[in-house]
Amino acid sequence: MKKIVLLLLFGPCVATAQDDLLSELGTSSAEETVYTLATFKGTRLGNGHTIETTGAGALDFLFEHRFGAINDGIYEMFGLDAAYVRLGLDYGITNKLSVSINRNSRDKTMDGYLKYRLLRQHKGGTNLPVSVTILAGAAYKLSPKNNADISPEFKNIDRMAYTGQMLIARKFTPSFSFQLMPTLIHKNIVEEYEKNDQFALGMGGRIKLTKSVALTMEYYHNFSAPDNDQLPETRKQYDSFALGIDIETGGHVFQLLMTNAIGLTERAFVAETTDNFFAGDIHLGFNVSRTFQLKRDK
Amino acid sequence: MGLAVMRRGICQRTFTPGIIVLADDSWCIGLLNVMIKFPTVIFLLTALSISALGQKYVVEKSSVSFYSEAAIEDIYAENTRTPGIFNEASGDIAFSIPIKAFQFKKSLMQEHFNEKYLESDKYPKSTFQGKVNGFLNTAAGIQSVKATGKLTIHGVTKEVEIPGTIEFDGGKLTMKTKFIVKLEDYNVKIPQLMWKNIAEQVEVTVDFTFKPQ
Repeated sequence: MKKIVLLLLFGPCVATAQDDLLSELGTSSAEETVYTLATFKGTRLGNGHTIETTGAGALDFLFEHRFGAINDGIYEMFGLDAAYVRLGLDYGITNKLSVSINRNSRDKTMDGYLKYRLLRQHKGGTNLPVSVTILAGAAYKLSPKNNADISPEFKNIDRMAYTGQMLIARKFTPSFSFQLMPTLIHKNIVEEYEKNDQFALGMGGRIKLTKSVALTMEYYHNFSAPDNDQLPETRKQYDSFALGIDIETGGHVFQLLMTNAIGLTERAFVAETTDNFFAGDIHLGFNVSRTFQLKRDK
Repeated sequence: MGLAVMRRGICQRTFTPGIIVLADDSWCIGLLNVMIKFPTVIFLLTALSISALGQKYVVEKSSVSFYSEAAIEDIYAENTRTPGIFNEASGDIAFSIPIKAFQFKKSLMQEHFNEKYLESDKYPKSTFQGKVNGFLNTAAGIQSVKATGKLTIHGVTKEVEIPGTIEFDGGKLTMKTKFIVKLEDYNVKIPQLMWKNIAEQVEVTVDFTFKPQ
């Protein structure tokens, strides 16, 4: 017993040295909130968005490209002869708010959006298991040129469509992230078999293979899609699906994709996709993003 | 009576005699019981009394920054949230740098630093624990000292020797140092595509102001 008592009395002398100093620090900083970084590599998952926004003062130039369908055959060089392009600029006003303007070759659509990071996943002092970003977008079809080409009653405002989206994501591990995207789309004018307001739910995620390469998947189910049984083959609508590989090199993110969607606005890929991925209507595509830091002050 | 004396005898050998002799038997045995049942209490009490021997200083203001010059762009980041502790009597020192608190001018660079190079999810902190040699708490003004100890970055621990200065004015203590860290030593890998963008070594500048704990 004497030995125990002695140990109790003098043991601490030895232990108070370096190990204790470091552990004293450990307890004081354990309560600090740590935000989750880089749930996804870029602002796009496949065709649609991720919760990520462009950093404050940074300008992201996004070049998106979709080829024709692989099953168009050798005459179309398996789709490589056709191209649908979207050129976009996305600017981070703050680390939470970004604004964007884009041009799509499909239907000569101009589109823009505001994206705001509402909540960020964090742990430490308080815990929040998910990140939430909200997005409000609008798209304007410039094609065809004259309203009268569509119908005598057609007005400019009928060319508009709107998107409201909530992006909810969790980075489960450094290499696995998952995202849910409830999406509302309003089209000012629709075909008689379509609804003006459409609701879709997207889901997707990424698995990191190396520090710079990741596999991605994105799927949107449109709950308001028209009944394909009533429609001719060319008008049947399908859920959009995309499989991709993200390759990141410094300021660039390259995303190589296989998808059945050729439109790059929410209205087009969620509610106007007429190709069926699982029937072989697969388009190769890529998104290339290059970020330029315009403003250095944080 | 003889029995009582014997009991006292046990206590006297384990405790400071003078007090125990005056005390009642049950008190003495009671305390012994407490010591056996709650060793942590004793541990804490002793630890406290020992730490009072050497005045401890904690970091009040900290700046840990690094700078590297590379072909395409210079890289600079600063961290002002580093807790640290210094025992001026023994020279023992420890600090723990939260990697995610490094602020870069470019948000994308900050992301890459955390995600690809330092892997802050896996290794959230860099630490140093060691001893400052050559510090005299009686001398005023700036003194040159040398710190030796273990520097841990990116999960890799290396024995290092870092020269620096300490300025001591009784109440406050300022510690400054500048040293080179080779990324390779700490297993920080640079992808082939990025090598032009990132230097192989960085210059770390540390500036701590301590106050008594």
